[in-house]
Amino acid sequence: MSTWLNRQRALADFTLAAMGRRRIKNAALVMVYALVVFLLASAMFFAASLRHEMHQVLAEAPELTVQRLIMGRQDLIDAAAAERIGAIRGVSQARPRLWGYYYDRISGANYTVMVPDDPDLMPPPGEVMIGEGIPRARGFTWDGAPLFLSRHLGDLQRFNVARTFGTDSALMSADLILMTEADFRAFFGIPEGLFTDVVARVRNPNELGKIVEKAAIANPDLRFVTRDDIERTYQKLFDWREGLMAALAGAAVLAFVIFAAEKASGLSAEESREIGILKAIGWDTRDVIAMKLWEGGLVSFGAFLIGTIAAYAHVFVFKGALFAPVLRGWAVIYPDFTLTPQIDGLQILTLGLLTTLPYVAATVVPIWRRASADPDAVMR
Amino acid sequence: MIFRMPILALLLVATLAALTALWSGAFALGVLRHWDLTSMARAQLRRERMTELVSTLFGAVMLAELAALLLFVFNADRMAALFVGAMCAVGTLNVNPWGFPALYLKIAVFFAAVLWLILDRADRLGRDYPLTRVKYAALLGIVPLVFGDLVLETTYFLNLRTDVITSCCSKLFTPNNPNLANEMAALGPGLSLGLLGGAGVLLAASGIAALIRGRGYALYAAAAALVFAMGITAIVSVISVYIYENPNHHCPFCILKPEYGHYGYALYVPLFLATALGLGAGMLGQFRAVPSLQARLPGLLRAQVIWSLGGFVAFGLAALWAIARSNLILFG
Repeated sequence: MSTWLNRQRALADFTLAAMGRRRIKNAALVMVYALVVFLLASAMFFAASLRHEMHQVLAEAPELTVQRLIMGRQDLIDAAAAERIGAIRGVSQARPRLWGYYYDRISGANYTVMVPDDPDLMPPPGEVMIGEGIPRARGFTWDGAPLFLSRHLGDLQRFNVARTFGTDSALMSADLILMTEADFRAFFGIPEGLFTDVVARVRNPNELGKIVEKAAIANPDLRFVTRDDIERTYQKLFDWREGLMAALAGAAVLAFVIFAAEKASGLSAEESREIGILKAIGWDTRDVIAMKLWEGGLVSFGAFLIGTIAAYAHVFVFKGALFAPVLRGWAVIYPDFTLTPQIDGLQILTLGLLTTLPYVAATVVPIWRRASADPDAVMR
Repeated sequence: MIFRMPILALLLVATLAALTALWSGAFALGVLRHWDLTSMARAQLRRERMTELVSTLFGAVMLAELAALLLFVFNADRMAALFVGAMCAVGTLNVNPWGFPALYLKIAVFFAAVLWLILDRADRLGRDYPLTRVKYAALLGIVPLVFGDLVLETTYFLNLRTDVITSCCSKLFTPNNPNLANEMAALGPGLSLGLLGGAGVLLAASGIAALIRGRGYALYAAAAALVFAMGITAIVSVISVYIYENPNHHCPFCILKPEYGHYGYALYVPLFLATALGLGAGMLGQFRAVPSLQARLPGLLRAQVIWSLGGFVAFGLAALWAIARSNLILFG
């Protein structure tokens, strides 16, 4: 065991010294390699954090959302439906919600307008509470500037701003406008007794499937969307975007593989002479291969470390500036939020396999070809 | 579904492994037919040089396969959130009929890979490459496994449909359904711990005997296989129950989840490695009579038995610790 360790230590020692003699060439290789790792790692870290945020956001969402469908389109639902849903055994609470979208022609953005059910968040009549994105989109210059909303040409509604939400809840509230039920109905022209949809909470989440089954039979015109459905859809969306980035990075990996193979097969005269001398003084093919594998291992390790750390900084310090539009989606009012690092063994293992394996595959054959040649042939 | 990073990585490993296996298999056929160390022919010299390349390549591929087994299980566990009814890896693997066969084949490739790497190492100890023919015959045996792995894995991943309702581990590992998993779960906790303990004593005795006498490695390998089977049974019937602190939850995959501190890896990794090394010792024990290996093979065998015993001890300690720290009381 100790002889084996000593041999490896000596090989590593020798390899490091040999690499030090060709510092610039090796540094160039490590940099290109690190760039490939950086691309893949950025996509992975970003997608993982988005999945985490999504999970956090949905954890508080109601288990079940009920919508009324007419001719395949969502329609307003009456309050009686909420009572029917609430009467199903196992449903702890069902309440109708009023919310909708408002297209703001001034800023070109869509706002989410909602009647809050939390009394603490209920603004006084004629006033609204707004997310931090709206003053930004509108270019409000002073605190307490009123919000004017226009539904069509010549129409102008004034709302005083009771409160502006901070950036800590930006992912949820950036484009949000909260108003009272009376203001909402008057603004959008919704008759009394009709609502956007119904949300229900369930006592035991294991019973959700059964409750949906029962409710769907009793109410064939309603559509039931569970929280798990939403979460699965988002997860698939983020997975798909991440995979797409990876497929694009695949082209970069392929280019790198060709570069690495080219570099490994086209040894410089100095390197060839070195291998020739080593073989002439008694190294055999196996030792030379071991030395070259050490070299590949050190290059891979260095590039992996640099690439991963750079990707970490890119995603969590610089907010993934390069890939953000692809991975997180886009909007006129985009919430300003910080990502929480979510890195685990699965990602590191995947990243390691996706980057080092192509490198090994590209370099093994050229290494062997050099190592197994006769000393005089390599030195000549 | 195929656009998921871990799946892309797994398919990359499987594809590279299959390509390498194909090429190495063709080379192995040539070795088996024409290998002759006494020959000075150009073709033989070329073959001798090529063995270095095949060893390096195949070794790298086999190492990647070991990592891929971990990744496969890890990924299956993580993907459970995507399937209705799935709580852990069992649900993901049950989504279509190819999941579990793919896992079993991956485990088979793992053991074959470790045994082949051991054979390769022993072959390099002798100056005349005494095990070359055996090694390449074994390589030919691994080629179909690696190909089967690629085919099954690709079929499995291409057929992952999220609208399929899959079954959770609590359905598979209950004493009510007639199959092997439930036979294991239904075994009483006392009996299965007793069987594991008995197998462990047999293993320790055969291991120490092999270390002292320098033979009897086949017996040790058999004992290692027995401890492996008993160990898996004990994980399903008792140890997992202690980790979950729930007498009715027997799943051998949920213990890999973060909720349980990834404790399963502390059990499986040493158990699998120790078993593979033990089987490898049994295999190498057959070649003690080879003249050119007589100087160095005994040392390698000893080292393997010691490492294997160490792995089993680590598994045993992990199992005992799981039982000791648990709040569940099954006995008394």
